Amino acid sequence: MDFLLSFQLSAPEIILAVAGLVLLMVAAFAGNKSAQTVTYLAIASLVAAGAVVVELFTNDALSQGADAWSGLYRMDAFGNFTKLLIYLATIGCLIVTPKFFDAKGEYRPEYPVLMIFGAVGMGIMVSAVDLMTLYIGLELSSLSSYVLASYSRSDERSAEAGLKYFVLGALASGILLYGMSLVYGFTGSTSYLGIRAALADGMGTGALFGVVFVLAGLAFKIAAVPFHMWTPDVYEGAPTPVTAFFATAPKVAAIAITMRIALDPFGAQSDAWQQIIIFAALASIVVGALGAIGQENIKRLLAYSSINNVGFILVGLAAATEAGAAAMLVYLAIYVAMSLGSFVAVLMLRDKDGNQVENISDIAGLSRSHGLLALCLAIMMLSLAGIPPLFGFWGKFVVFQAAVQADMIILAALGIAASVIGAFYYLKIVKIMYFDDPADVVEAKGETSRWVVLLVTTIFVSPLGYLLTPWLGDLAARAASAMFFVI
Amino acid sequence: MLHTSILLIVFLPLLAAIVGGLGNRAFGNTVVKTITTGSLFVSCLLSWPIFYGFISGTATAEVVPVLQWVQSGNLSFDWALRVDTLTAVMLVVITTVSALVHLYSWGYMDEDPDQPRFFAYLSLFTFAMLMLVTADNLVQMFFGWEGVGLASYLLIGFWFKKPTANAAAIKAFVVNRVGDLGFMLGIFGTFIVFGTTSIPEILEAAPTMSGATIGFMGYRMHTMDILCILLFIGAMGKSAQLGLHTWLPDAMEGPTPVSALIHAATMVTAGVFMVCRLSPMFEAAPVALAMVTFVGAATCIFAATIGTTQWDIKRVIAYSTCSQLGYMFFAAGVGAYGVAMFHLFTHAFFKALLFLGAGSVIHAMHHEQDMRYYGGLRKKIPITFWAMMFGTLAITGVGVYHLGAGFAGFWSKDAILEVAFARGTGLGTFAFWMGVFAALLTSFYSWRLMFLTFWGKPRWIESEHIQHSVHKTPEGAGEDTTGGYQPHESPVSMLVPLGVLSLGAIFAGQVFAPSFLDDAAFWGSSIFFNANLIDAMHAVPYWVKYSAFVVMLLGLFGAWLAYIKDTSIPGKFVDQFRYVHRFVFNKWYFDELYNFLFVRPAFWLGRKFWIIGDQGIIDRFGPNGAAWVVQKGTVAAKKIQSGYLNSYALVMILGVVAAVTWVLM
Repeated sequence: MDFLLSFQLSAPEIILAVAGLVLLMVAAFAGNKSAQTVTYLAIASLVAAGAVVVELFTNDALSQGADAWSGLYRMDAFGNFTKLLIYLATIGCLIVTPKFFDAKGEYRPEYPVLMIFGAVGMGIMVSAVDLMTLYIGLELSSLSSYVLASYSRSDERSAEAGLKYFVLGALASGILLYGMSLVYGFTGSTSYLGIRAALADGMGTGALFGVVFVLAGLAFKIAAVPFHMWTPDVYEGAPTPVTAFFATAPKVAAIAITMRIALDPFGAQSDAWQQIIIFAALASIVVGALGAIGQENIKRLLAYSSINNVGFILVGLAAATEAGAAAMLVYLAIYVAMSLGSFVAVLMLRDKDGNQVENISDIAGLSRSHGLLALCLAIMMLSLAGIPPLFGFWGKFVVFQAAVQADMIILAALGIAASVIGAFYYLKIVKIMYFDDPADVVEAKGETSRWVVLLVTTIFVSPLGYLLTPWLGDLAARAASAMFFVI
Repeated sequence: MLHTSILLIVFLPLLAAIVGGLGNRAFGNTVVKTITTGSLFVSCLLSWPIFYGFISGTATAEVVPVLQWVQSGNLSFDWALRVDTLTAVMLVVITTVSALVHLYSWGYMDEDPDQPRFFAYLSLFTFAMLMLVTADNLVQMFFGWEGVGLASYLLIGFWFKKPTANAAAIKAFVVNRVGDLGFMLGIFGTFIVFGTTSIPEILEAAPTMSGATIGFMGYRMHTMDILCILLFIGAMGKSAQLGLHTWLPDAMEGPTPVSALIHAATMVTAGVFMVCRLSPMFEAAPVALAMVTFVGAATCIFAATIGTTQWDIKRVIAYSTCSQLGYMFFAAGVGAYGVAMFHLFTHAFFKALLFLGAGSVIHAMHHEQDMRYYGGLRKKIPITFWAMMFGTLAITGVGVYHLGAGFAGFWSKDAILEVAFARGTGLGTFAFWMGVFAALLTSFYSWRLMFLTFWGKPRWIESEHIQHSVHKTPEGAGEDTTGGYQPHESPVSMLVPLGVLSLGAIFAGQVFAPSFLDDAAFWGSSIFFNANLIDAMHAVPYWVKYSAFVVMLLGLFGAWLAYIKDTSIPGKFVDQFRYVHRFVFNKWYFDELYNFLFVRPAFWLGRKFWIIGDQGIIDRFGPNGAAWVVQKGTVAAKKIQSGYLNSYALVMILGVVAAVTWVLM
């Protein structure tokens, strides 16, 4: 085994892991005063890890990907693509966070450290080609998430969110592990390669059980119906920057591993899981949309919106084709920008005492008091609704196109019909901001760092984003083909 | 040279309409008015040399291609501008009247808040009309046909805050759709039969098709008859012929310049133009021609009777237009297309003159249109009076055969009567007598209009418009029936068009009669020219030639007797023939009949569809039903989201169980 090559290939995770440990030491010795410094260093280490990913991504010698650590870990285009998304989302969340806790004086250096460990876990997840590596990555990121969810110790809702997340997450982990053990038991391997080979000639009931349990466990992570129940409560209760993080980076990682598991080890038996995915997709779209309509809290609404979006992404997975996988990745990239932008905009909604404004009725008439903020939020909402010419439309378009190409016309038609329901609540927010009498609750203050993130994401989802489609499409196609690359 | 000028003639008005319409308030009144009027005058100045070229015999017919339009299987047609004698005649009529109407509108619409819109519509109309007359294929003709319909709709409803104007605009549009359906079926049928929509190719093949039959609505019919009848139904709608005429009088709700341009001189003559353009087709369709003759003659007399009873000055002229269009149609019906075109040509001048003159009177009388409240205006607005006088002399056909001199209408209308007589068929003779009787009525209602308006004592104070202006009621005014109101002559911008059109009304017949009536070379191949018929026309007996003159005098005498000599006669007459008068005054109850036959049943059916079909079925099970389901779903989704950890865990477990069960089944 070539240790040196393995170190090189997994360099992003190693950099982040070392950075996490070092920053933990810094935090321990320097105390709470170092919070700001640690945040900057965390961002810097994420940038460094990202730079290594780009280097690996663009290295022609490694364009076919390469195994590391005796086939437990694989560096390939798919992992690189999703890692870049994860790092960018994490950086974005780190940038906008500190101000949020300023009012309560709760911002401490372990926050960025937890984010870093979460990123390490997610990086391991998406690069894992063995069930064991996968589980370690998953638990690392999950544990970080549980702590982050209950980060606001003084806030009951935050504590409740953390507890609920932890308990249900533990249950899901149990289901997942049980599934993995069944798969291992019936195929005799934990490596994707081995499982794929074992399932190539058909699948017994035991393995099928295993597959269903694994997918159920993963469905919890991506918050697909019917494993979505935790999402609204956790998203609402967790501090808003944490919610923004949950809705972006871990979502990307979870969807990425779901894709990888479904298409790589279980890819030969796609008939077995396609129907489950189709159901989960449609149910997520419908339940997400229906749930969102009744909400008065904007974070809760965005939680349902994320469930809804997961449904659309799963439409691409249901196709079980390379085009479908590429479409999912494109959708993910756009979704991360839309989600991050929406949450940053929500973060900027403060009343005059500096408290978070979460009630939808409180942003009535926002366009008159805070025109640009309202415009950005409106663009995010319209893009989430998939209204052309905004970039959100493109994401929906490519996944439905993939479904149609895979002869799943009914699925596509139902999905498109259900997206009409979704449009309702997005448009409702736009209507409230632009046409209702001002509530004059919001006193948004300009914070340069947040404005930068908000404007960058807004421009990305604006029609200008279409300029990136060839480039984004190309990257996504490369990433998708890595999963269908048979050694 | 011809290429450039025809392109300019047609597209300058379009450009002006676009610039004026989009510029609207940004450019302001004066700029838009200058652009539109200016481009129309340029078009007009470019049109006359083309016309003169055909008169002098130096020009030849040409087709100027513009753009490829449709290439689909064996259906192909292009945008192209066809210029031949027939087009040239229409070009000068359209551009001249349109340019003058544009100019006239400077004065007439001076106080209107939406002038740029008005001028843009006028120019848009002119463009569409020019596209119609330069069409080289039936589809482009239809484009122009619908374009003028649209412009007409927009202009009738120009004062859109007036409910009557909106109703009139919709009525014009809907009634025209009926005709358009015929026209469209005619075009489709023509394409099926001839395999092309190109007019020259159709006309070349038309004579060989006479006698061919086709299945239509379950019957075998003569192909050419059925095609021409369908096309003629289109012409009937646009030219307001009996049965489809009801929209024209109502269209007077539009501003008067619109009435002059669209509902007198140009658009309503499109039907006549179309029949002449397709004359070789109609020549192969004897039944259709008989129908054209009959409908024309019937319209001519029918509209004239109504014209004698109306009080609104514009409605009188509107019915007069309807009647004159009847003349044109029966001239075409008997095969004298050149004569029909000649009457179209002269009529454009004197009818536009009469309308613009009426507009000048209305302008002078503070928007009062009822002739009962006019009287004695001769001295107050002398220029308008003389213009109206020339128009009346022209429309009543004043002229003496043996002197070889007369006003415009004399040359064209007398030629129509003579040619109808010369045709020698029963239907031709019928049309001749109808035409003579209509000429009597024309003379009567025209002079009635003149006498009521310009002679006698002022009756102005009875008018609410005048009362409004002078702040007096008839009781308060005492003996002075003018109420102290001072009618004012119109501004120069309105008088100049009156002057120019007066020249047309006086000389257009005299000058152009030799070319239009007798010169086969002038028409060339643009229409079917029956030289024998024209020879016969000149050889009719003298009593025929003088019949129109005599009835004109009779009409004049009758009008003088009733409205100058003894003004109690009309009242006594009406008392004597109460039922006849009521029947005619109410326009033969056409509107009521249509209301009963079509409008009310359509409303009834529409309401049923609306309440049962739309609200009861589509809305209930469509949008409202979906919304209901979504609403219930939302409530359910909220209810399930209880907040209890155990129920969340339960749902997850149930989800796993359900998934496992499903895949095992």
